[in-house]
Amino acid sequence: MNKRTSAGSKLVASPYIVWAALFIIAPLFFVVYYSFTDKGGAFTLENVQMLSKYLPTFLRSIWFGIVATIICLVIAFPMAYIISQKTDKVQRTMVMLVMLPMWMSFLIRTYSWMAILQDTGIINSFFSKIGIGQVHMINTGGAVILGMVYNFLPYMILPIYSVMAKLDYSMVEACQDLGGNRLTVIRRCIMPMSIPGVVSGITMVFVPSVSTFYISQKLGGGSFDLIGDVIERQFQQSYNYNLGASLSLVLMILILISMAVMNKFSDEGEMVI
Amino acid sequence: MENNIIIDLRNITVAYGDNTVLKNLNLSIHDREFITLLGPSGCGKTTTLRIIGGFIEPDEGEIFFEGKKTNGVPPHKRQVNTIFQRYALFPHLNVYENVAFGLRLRHLPEKEIKETVREMLELVNLKGFERRHISSLSGGQQQRVAIARALAVKPRVLLLDEPLGALDLKLRKDMQIELKNIQQRLGITFIYVTHDQEEALSMSDTIVVMDNGLIQQIGSPQDIYNEPSNAFVADFIGESNIVDGVMLRDYCCRFSGQTFECLDTGFAENEQVDVVVRPEDVDVVPVEKGMLRGEVTSVTFKGVHFEIIVDIGGFKWMIQSTDYQAVGDKIGLYIEPDAIHIMKKSEYSGMFGDYSSFSEEYEELSIAEEPEEEDEEQEEDL
Repeated sequence: MNKRTSAGSKLVASPYIVWAALFIIAPLFFVVYYSFTDKGGAFTLENVQMLSKYLPTFLRSIWFGIVATIICLVIAFPMAYIISQKTDKVQRTMVMLVMLPMWMSFLIRTYSWMAILQDTGIINSFFSKIGIGQVHMINTGGAVILGMVYNFLPYMILPIYSVMAKLDYSMVEACQDLGGNRLTVIRRCIMPMSIPGVVSGITMVFVPSVSTFYISQKLGGGSFDLIGDVIERQFQQSYNYNLGASLSLVLMILILISMAVMNKFSDEGEMVI
Repeated sequence: MENNIIIDLRNITVAYGDNTVLKNLNLSIHDREFITLLGPSGCGKTTTLRIIGGFIEPDEGEIFFEGKKTNGVPPHKRQVNTIFQRYALFPHLNVYENVAFGLRLRHLPEKEIKETVREMLELVNLKGFERRHISSLSGGQQQRVAIARALAVKPRVLLLDEPLGALDLKLRKDMQIELKNIQQRLGITFIYVTHDQEEALSMSDTIVVMDNGLIQQIGSPQDIYNEPSNAFVADFIGESNIVDGVMLRDYCCRFSGQTFECLDTGFAENEQVDVVVRPEDVDVVPVEKGMLRGEVTSVTFKGVHFEIIVDIGGFKWMIQSTDYQAVGDKIGLYIEPDAIHIMKKSEYSGMFGDYSSFSEEYEELSIAEEPEEEDEEQEEDL
């Protein structure tokens, strides 16, 4: 009986195992393989040694990722709280509005920001109309970060909201009962109990922000190279798969480290905020 | 008990749309009293408690705390604390921090906090649990942490919303005694909400029986049990045989085709009344000596006694007796004058007190449904 269920569960799980092997394990293996070989396939550390050249790019990627994540968190937390306080019907509508931009192509959304931010774009033509004059916005670091925040904000709001919506309201009442005013309730009760949502939100924003390449090209005008752009160029232009692979390997390790740090914080509960 | 009133509810009305939850409720609560709001789910007892706690504002009426009007005062500014139905402990804090929570909000010095937490955990028998995580505690232990947390801030009044509902019977009995002890030791007012009549009887100084948003009776446990004011109270508290009767004159009534001597006065001559006779107050006698005669239709062994259902002229009486009677036996019943309690007719007349449809299963079913209904009530309250 027991044997049969375990055989059955193996059978059910097998598509996923095949999937994981084909599309996760195998590519990972290739990434590692290319990282430590040269064009001829012989073992080499040359790629790894070249990485130091890209240190500033790595640092910029991480810095931009951190800034975008923090801005997302600052916007998303109050927003998620406000949504969670509404009636069910309003909540559903607001969550849909948060997700609405995701129904459109990522490319179109980023192109639209180009049109908005350009020196002759929507904002600047409005500014010159009211006499402020032109403000240079496109091709700045700020524009890149704006693009990241805009594109990844829903990934911060949704996990925080879903944790807040499920909070046992009697906890809030208990906090009020013990002497907490509105601010205390948020600070001592809602914030610490939303940590799981905040942690997954941070992960879901930070990881794509660090590795993005498209946003920086379109809104940064090439002057804010991120590590994603470098990797893309290695594969698309230089055809240097080995260097590209080793760059992405390092990026992956960096992301894993930052996720481990995040998880450590979340284990300690209220320490994060 | 001193006569100083700590909480006074005057003409409180609460309605959600068409559904009036409390109708013109008046209730005075004395200092240091253990008062229980007792009633079936949806009777308005939790709503009353939440009004006192400040979580609901009444649509009409006033609340006074020590003579001062407290309408509109938010919960965190009231000198009352609540034990919530499902404890509402903070899962991100350990036992120590949960108990210290209210003290920290009052910015007390760390030394004082430590001292109070130690004292409170000792009070609820949880010494040594300081560093434990809430999720690692049993239901009973969580309950104790909730009590310690609420008492740590030294409230004048403690509100308890069905605090023992989630515990098993044995633990519930132990906690009843413990809660009563704590209340007497600290000398603070407890306002206790329950639907369990036995719990109410064994713990309270005063019981407020509620149904349908109205107070049915206020009194000591003995008063409530011995002198129920109407058929609802008589049926809700303990078992009762409630029969139609006529008050012939003072000290004399007639029911089930017989005339009985009783101790009640103050009714009009030949007034239609409800007569209550508790099952344990009826003596089984040989059929020829009985004031009433009937046939046994069912017998259930209950441990302490047998529960015997007797058919008397089509009305099923419940009798509790330590002597076994066989089904089909003809027996006589003897009722002492002081076992008869006369009540005025009310809207509840005729709804309760006949055991012809009595079944153990029904009772279990209704108890099992109870928590869910309570949930709905809670959600409405929000």
